[in-house]
Amino acid sequence: MPEGAPSALPIPPVLEVRDLRTVFRTRAGDVHAVNGVSFAVREGELLGVVGESGSGKSVTMMSLLGLLPSPPAEVSGGPVRFEGKDLLQAGPEELRAVRGGRIGFVFQDPMTSLNPVFTVGFQIMEPLRKHLGMGKRQARARAAELLALVGIPDAGRRLDDYPHQFSGGMRQRVMIAIALACEPRVLIADEPTTALDVTIQAQILELMAELRQRLGMAVVWITHDLGVIAGIADRVLVMYGGQVVEHAPVEALFANPRHPYTRALLTTVPRVRGERVKRLHVIEGQPPILEAHPDACTFRDRCPHAFDVCHRLNPQRYPVGEDHDAACFLNDPGLAPPRPSLEVVHG
Amino acid sequence: MADASAPLVSVRDLKVHFPIHAGLLRRRVGAVKAVDGIGFDIRPGETLGLVGESGCGKSTAGRAVLRLLDVTEGSIRVEGTEIARMPQGELRRLRPRMQMVFQDPQASLDPRMTVEAIIREPLDEHTRLTRAEKRERVAELMDAVVLNRGFATRFPHAFSGGQRQRIGIARALALNPRFVVCDEPIAALDVSIQAQVVNLLEDLQERLGLTYLFISHDLSMVRHIATRVAVMYLGRIVEMQAREGLFAEPLHPYTRALLSAVNEPDPVAARTRRRIVLKGDVPSPANPPRGCNFCTRCPDAMPVCREVDPATLEVGPGRWVACHLHDPAVMRGQPTRPFGAEGPTRRASPTAYDTPARSAT
Repeated sequence: MPEGAPSALPIPPVLEVRDLRTVFRTRAGDVHAVNGVSFAVREGELLGVVGESGSGKSVTMMSLLGLLPSPPAEVSGGPVRFEGKDLLQAGPEELRAVRGGRIGFVFQDPMTSLNPVFTVGFQIMEPLRKHLGMGKRQARARAAELLALVGIPDAGRRLDDYPHQFSGGMRQRVMIAIALACEPRVLIADEPTTALDVTIQAQILELMAELRQRLGMAVVWITHDLGVIAGIADRVLVMYGGQVVEHAPVEALFANPRHPYTRALLTTVPRVRGERVKRLHVIEGQPPILEAHPDACTFRDRCPHAFDVCHRLNPQRYPVGEDHDAACFLNDPGLAPPRPSLEVVHG
Repeated sequence: MADASAPLVSVRDLKVHFPIHAGLLRRRVGAVKAVDGIGFDIRPGETLGLVGESGCGKSTAGRAVLRLLDVTEGSIRVEGTEIARMPQGELRRLRPRMQMVFQDPQASLDPRMTVEAIIREPLDEHTRLTRAEKRERVAELMDAVVLNRGFATRFPHAFSGGQRQRIGIARALALNPRFVVCDEPIAALDVSIQAQVVNLLEDLQERLGLTYLFISHDLSMVRHIATRVAVMYLGRIVEMQAREGLFAEPLHPYTRALLSAVNEPDPVAARTRRRIVLKGDVPSPANPPRGCNFCTRCPDAMPVCREVDPATLEVGPGRWVACHLHDPAVMRGQPTRPFGAEGPTRRASPTAYDTPARSAT
């Protein structure tokens, strides 16, 4: 968060993460997947998290809920504040009470995240009975309600169906129903629409917007699709190399991106409306695999503006506007001489 | 293969049905109509984009055009040669002219072969080059797809997704094909890498005069790479026209819904635009609905749509659509929608697109 912002946050954060770090210690060496990630989600808000595969967006979310097997994962830093507790210090019992109860999770792949040998109804009823202590009959009634809520026709009857009897879009709806079962305060959705077709994706996005309004929960939406982010997010985190490189309200991010990576990312995507570009912009090179905690800018090898400092130091997140910061030396007010204008990037 | 404007590939009434067997005696009880009567032409040097949602039959169509699948019915002509019924042995001789780039670069490369062996395999199969010549050709191909020659002895697992897709492209180009089917070549890649691969495909097309059938579900990418676009739904082509027309003025209600569902990276536009959200799921291709295939989800469906299967009409030069809303014979007496200046004209064959079918040579 930028320091000295004049007005305090209007709404207190529901979930606040500070300096989260995750290292995978494998026989082939260490992989530093998350390197000091800090963010906060406010009540009723949708925080988008974008980045390429390997940028650490999923690992961040799994780390803070203790969903990664340890070893090889080693989560440190923190705190991760949720309802007055530090989730990183919480014991397994406490965490289990949070997961699926107060914090819901929708995973990317609707094909593999449901258990094929249990009925859909059983899987929706499971969190209701475990977390809310409902009886069988009550849970079943609630499960039917939830299934209807996510727009599955003939919900009551379909409770007894198995996952293979549902299409991909419907399975993803079931996953959302399970995540919503206990009315969580925070819903973490990891690429919930990536495996789906555009028309089904449109249905799910519509549904999410409606549910958010009705239930007032905070949502963290992980995706690599900037189009989806533009449509649904209030604020956005851009991740690269296991770090947050830019954080901004959605309009500011698209209108005035301040990190060269964000800028590049925005120009690589072709559009269906407006001018058709002759040639697509390309970010040359590959995202890095970090074998140690980064001590220089992780984007320097692909950055058209990299200068000497970028190879020596890892930039902090400089405030560049209201609720907007970017981890790039080009935004460092103290760094006067070699400061090429960011505007040149546009081709 | 005389005049330049003659289509390189010409497909008519193509059907691919997969039988469903059931019961104790495994009797045939029905068929999945994955591709149910499609037709199109691809002219030399152009890129035909084939778009649609998963399960619409676009990949099956792409594979059938190269006869990687046996077709149930219809005709496929590549450079004037009819290949729909050709035995595989004879097809082998034509394979160097037509190649394919597959969707999943992980699964389409043998993990136990080195990059050199993978790219060399088509040369081993189809040419009599010496070992040194082959090595030289492989190095040339690796240069062409911007892969470091020094990596020739490595195995696929050592490469990233984008690099693996380049290996797949190099293999497809090894025999100097004229026609390449790209089946979702970028779907498995990250956004920043997608642009690299698409630019590479465009460069190669320009340099080598390739003709592409580009299969994808990503409309914005298809708009970028394709010169003409065909939209598939449930085994049929519902609309086909030049890129500009399709994106500026889509004719079929399905195309409109598809375009409106694309998420543009622009938050201001996203707040104001009106999204057409289709209800429900795609029906099963084993049991398509009566009448128009799209009538179960169409926001503009009329009673006639549930009865009569719409014919494919040319409603403007090179603008084909299969929808009753654009058929004056159906719409007579009903309020018509505006289309081109003179309105649609009916053509004899519902699947004869653009150029008349040529006789066998």
